[in-house]
Amino acid sequence: MSDNQASVAFRKPELSISAGSLEEVKLYIEAGADAVMVGDLTYAERLPGSMTVSDIAEAVKLAHGQQARVYVVVNKIFDHDLLPGLGDYLQSLQECGVDAVIFGDPAVLMAVKDRSLGLNLHWTAEMTTTNYMTANYWANKGSSRTILARELNMEEIAEFKRGANHEIQIQVHGMTNIYHSKRKLVKHYLTHRGKKLTPEYQQDGKILYLVEKERPDERCPIIENENGTHIMSSDDICTIECLDELMELGIDAFYIEGLLKSLEYNMTVLRVYREAIDTYAADPAGYEFRDEWLDAIHELQDPGRELTFGFLFKEQVY
Amino acid sequence: MKITMSREEMLGKRRKLALPELLAPAGNLEKLKFAIRYGADAVYIGGQRYGLRSNADNFSFEEMREGVAFARQHGAKVFVATNIYAHNEDLPGLHDYLSELDRIGIDAIIVADPAIIETAKRAAPSVELHLSTQQSTLNWQAVRFWKDEGVSRVVLAREASMREIEEIKEHVAIEIEVFIHGAMCSSYSGRCVLSNHFTDRDSNRGGCCQSCRWKYDLFVSEEELLTESYSAQLTAEGEDPFTMSSKDMCMIEHIPALIRSGVDSFKIEGRMKSIHYVATVVNAYRQAIDSYMRDPFGYELKQEWLEEIGKAANRPVSTGFFFEEPDHDDHIYTPEDKPQAYDFAGLVMDYDAASGMAVIEQRNHFKPGQEVEFIGPDGTHFKQIVGDIYDTEGQPLDAARHPLQLIRMHVDHPVMKFDMMRKKLN
Repeated sequence: MSDNQASVAFRKPELSISAGSLEEVKLYIEAGADAVMVGDLTYAERLPGSMTVSDIAEAVKLAHGQQARVYVVVNKIFDHDLLPGLGDYLQSLQECGVDAVIFGDPAVLMAVKDRSLGLNLHWTAEMTTTNYMTANYWANKGSSRTILARELNMEEIAEFKRGANHEIQIQVHGMTNIYHSKRKLVKHYLTHRGKKLTPEYQQDGKILYLVEKERPDERCPIIENENGTHIMSSDDICTIECLDELMELGIDAFYIEGLLKSLEYNMTVLRVYREAIDTYAADPAGYEFRDEWLDAIHELQDPGRELTFGFLFKEQVY
Repeated sequence: MKITMSREEMLGKRRKLALPELLAPAGNLEKLKFAIRYGADAVYIGGQRYGLRSNADNFSFEEMREGVAFARQHGAKVFVATNIYAHNEDLPGLHDYLSELDRIGIDAIIVADPAIIETAKRAAPSVELHLSTQQSTLNWQAVRFWKDEGVSRVVLAREASMREIEEIKEHVAIEIEVFIHGAMCSSYSGRCVLSNHFTDRDSNRGGCCQSCRWKYDLFVSEEELLTESYSAQLTAEGEDPFTMSSKDMCMIEHIPALIRSGVDSFKIEGRMKSIHYVATVVNAYRQAIDSYMRDPFGYELKQEWLEEIGKAANRPVSTGFFFEEPDHDDHIYTPEDKPQAYDFAGLVMDYDAASGMAVIEQRNHFKPGQEVEFIGPDGTHFKQIVGDIYDTEGQPLDAARHPLQLIRMHVDHPVMKFDMMRKKLN
């Protein structure tokens, strides 16, 4: 590939996706991911699968062999039952050579400090990561990247990028978490109704949906596990049509949420975004969006889930 | 109910009991005064910006000054909620706003966003920082982090259990505040954007439209939902729909355990609640706390405190995460609001002991023949039937119809200025 002037000036955003197994890590890197988000669900929420420390070590080897990175999600809101194992876990992640740990609870920072670990840290507090000054605060505490809330529009993201003194990452595709409770709401509801949460509802390949009475077309996946209840968005963010605008902003990393999607779907989405990023990087001025990219995603898109721009072009009130 | 301490509790925990602060909501200046008169040691209010109740009255700087002056006279403190998660556009003006709070003499701000914490350190050096429950702080390591950052108090997540609270107190020397009464998010606070997604209203900047209390259906389907229909519906016609609605918190029955846990501040939720609600709830907790501190071993939970709270509250109550994880009994599936049992009818403005006549400022319709109750911060508590009523000119009236109208009537027992008169609703 010959370098032209533009590709020298333009730094490609990193393309990443969440993965739940070694197999997924391997396939996603092949499909074009620069980085994968993985983790042990004991210390993480909402990953497509749980990986042990030895799986993670394997994933790191595999990824590093292909110039890809492994970020480990440690995004729990920690309670005292979970706290004692945190230091050892972080220590073993460092020994695996992971490229970064993604955290939200300051307990992770304290554990890193207490053990003088040299882990690279990325900060996310999900929907509460909403301004650059707070991002810079966490950067000052040792975080090298901030993962932005999905409920921000293009203008806010642009200003965030201008104000942040470190890397920023946004989600470009997939569903988002919109509610997290420590309560087991589905189980409680069924108990109230005199029913049990039978395996019928929990089989692999089955998903529970929450639908508000007045909004029958908006079907929110609702996931209940040991950590409580998670409600996910009824739509999938899809920014492929405006990816050039996001690249113009100089955003450092683009994330695809792989949760509750098939392998085939995620690999297709990765290939499409990969191609768009590479096309743009090769010639920003000559870049044109291709319908075939969106068509490829549409072909595999669950018709019950709308592809939207998320909050990119929205104005919220309060 | 007689509280009996276990041998372990009596011998093992030699911690000296400290009097906790009773912290009450004040949606406006009048509510602030009532909360303090009825026993709050501190109140929290919202200003024109940066708070999470964009629909509340909220205080102007001038009203804050008056509130602080009133609080000072009564030995009480005033905190201002600045606990939004700010967006970039909220940052300009933040410094000036916080500086003004400092000049007004606000004792503390309740804050979640580090951008506001950092700005406040520069702009409002004499204002204490209280970390909001919006940060969902649940463990002592996180509390230690915030202490190192200069926060003087942490309001714990509502998910904290009594055991976790005690462990946090053991590990970190910092003031701990917990919610003991009022409405609760069923999610981790701050970790809910249902309003944003359903209605484009930003929940973490005060736009919450309480989507958790709406009615929902549940369906089971294949992972890739390729058909329009669902394979199974868990909700059924004629049955209670699914909802995330939580019962309200009420810890009136557990004041001894709360005090023994070492919690420094007991917080009541409800800046949107009425004067009657705030005064009644504060009054009940004030009496319970004082009663326990006077004589921990002779303490008895009084039925009247429970009844008082029942007269103000309009949602069923639970103890949240304090003792065990909430289950189905801690949620509201059936029609949520039980009809309010009592209403604020009037406020005592004057009393003449010689004639037994009181001057009452009308707050809701009342009339002769109706049963009313008087309650007051000094323990006033009696029922009577309203006799003849008169206007200030001495003209008899068939009913007190006009808001804030002054009414003269005979009362059966002595009352004091600012005692409340309430009427039973049908």
